[in-house]
Amino acid sequence: MRVLIGDAHISNDLGAAPDVEHRSIIRIGHTRVKDLRVARRHDIRIHGFTRPPLRSTSVSGDQVIANAIGSLLPVERIIRLAHTRGAKVLIDGCQAIPRMKVDVRALDCDFYAFSGHKMYGPSGIGVLYGKLALLDAMPPWQGGGDMILNVTFEKTTYNETPHKFEAGTPDISGTIGLGMAVDYIEGIGRERIFDHEEALTGYGVDVLSQMPGVRLIGAGQRRFGVLSFEVEGIHPHDLATILDQHKVAVRAGHHCAQPLMDKLGLAATTRASLGIYNDESDIDALADAIRAAQAIFGRPGSAR
Amino acid sequence: MDLRDLYQDIILDHGQHPRNKRAIDHPSHFAHGNNPLCGDKVTIYLKMEGERIADVSFEGRGCAISTAAASLMTEILKGKTVVEADTLLRAYTAKLTGSAEPEIGAELTDDLDRLEPLSGVRAFPIRVKCATLPWRAFEAALKGGALGETVKTE
Repeated sequence: MRVLIGDAHISNDLGAAPDVEHRSIIRIGHTRVKDLRVARRHDIRIHGFTRPPLRSTSVSGDQVIANAIGSLLPVERIIRLAHTRGAKVLIDGCQAIPRMKVDVRALDCDFYAFSGHKMYGPSGIGVLYGKLALLDAMPPWQGGGDMILNVTFEKTTYNETPHKFEAGTPDISGTIGLGMAVDYIEGIGRERIFDHEEALTGYGVDVLSQMPGVRLIGAGQRRFGVLSFEVEGIHPHDLATILDQHKVAVRAGHHCAQPLMDKLGLAATTRASLGIYNDESDIDALADAIRAAQAIFGRPGSAR
Repeated sequence: MDLRDLYQDIILDHGQHPRNKRAIDHPSHFAHGNNPLCGDKVTIYLKMEGERIADVSFEGRGCAISTAAASLMTEILKGKTVVEADTLLRAYTAKLTGSAEPEIGAELTDDLDRLEPLSGVRAFPIRVKCATLPWRAFEAALKGGALGETVKTE
């Protein structure tokens, strides 16, 4: 399996934070990885990652697919290299989990995290996979019911993994909902989802790249499920408002990836995210709505 | 809601060709306005002569709405007194949020009418902050003087 990373971030004592990073992760780290960077405008390359500045105590996080621009980046290689330096690797697989087969053992990642709402499930719940030996060695992070086995005035014995990490009343309804989402995805089949989204993303790239005044971010890269773009002369928030009025829902902004945006020299982009419920007519509707926005703003590519 | 009610010609004109988009050397007052959710940034510069706004300008990056709002604001505020500017600020904010507008004197009616096109944001609640950001930065500049304070929408 080819899986790539969108980014990495790191633990607090030693940061490795490539630019493709999700901002919520970068906050955890203090230092940025200088070896992994956006080489030039709209192009993500991995440079000199043969010497990642990692220590045995650090945990590095990587996205499989960059959430802001949809590029696939090489996860397996980063895991391998990080391991040669004694680092632990946490994969942020939110974008990959609903559309790719993921084998955490084959990847040999130490941790893998994903959220329910990125896989057609409920918000507020997610999954953290970890190697059992690592989880066993970790202390609980929160106190509450179920995380202890036995408590006396003298001594507290914590429950076993995973219960020691699940203090208090669990998110029961969220868990049931997430289970339904897993069944739903498994029922369709990740291979079918992958093929569908790969074809649809390709169609979207073809359509958008032929439109005057429209520029895809990360053009030429292997991408998946996300089309991030700029329309000349129209700010992403104006564009999003107009697309919304044409019943096309997109996200405009920095996608919680401000360091990447800064690197690309962009304040914001407009991002269309594709899912199993989308088809080519949605891409066509997006293109029509972009043309309508260009008409309002009197920009190149507009009908008037 | 017709999109042309939001993107009226005056908005598109000021959004694409903003007036007074420049820095003022040695401003007596200035402040920054940030919308962290969308990344829009604006800096408002003032040159006060006593109680009167002798010059006002802005720099920054933003959408058509926030750029047009800043541009129109600078045109209207130039020459106004602090009291007049404050009245317009309150009336404008009320107009955009649909709350009760304060009474304003006849001498400011024309100015408030010029801001009417921006009231199209009322139908797009998420865009109200775009239209108020430059005014909030102006308010911060008046209060903060040369401190260069920063106000955020969130």
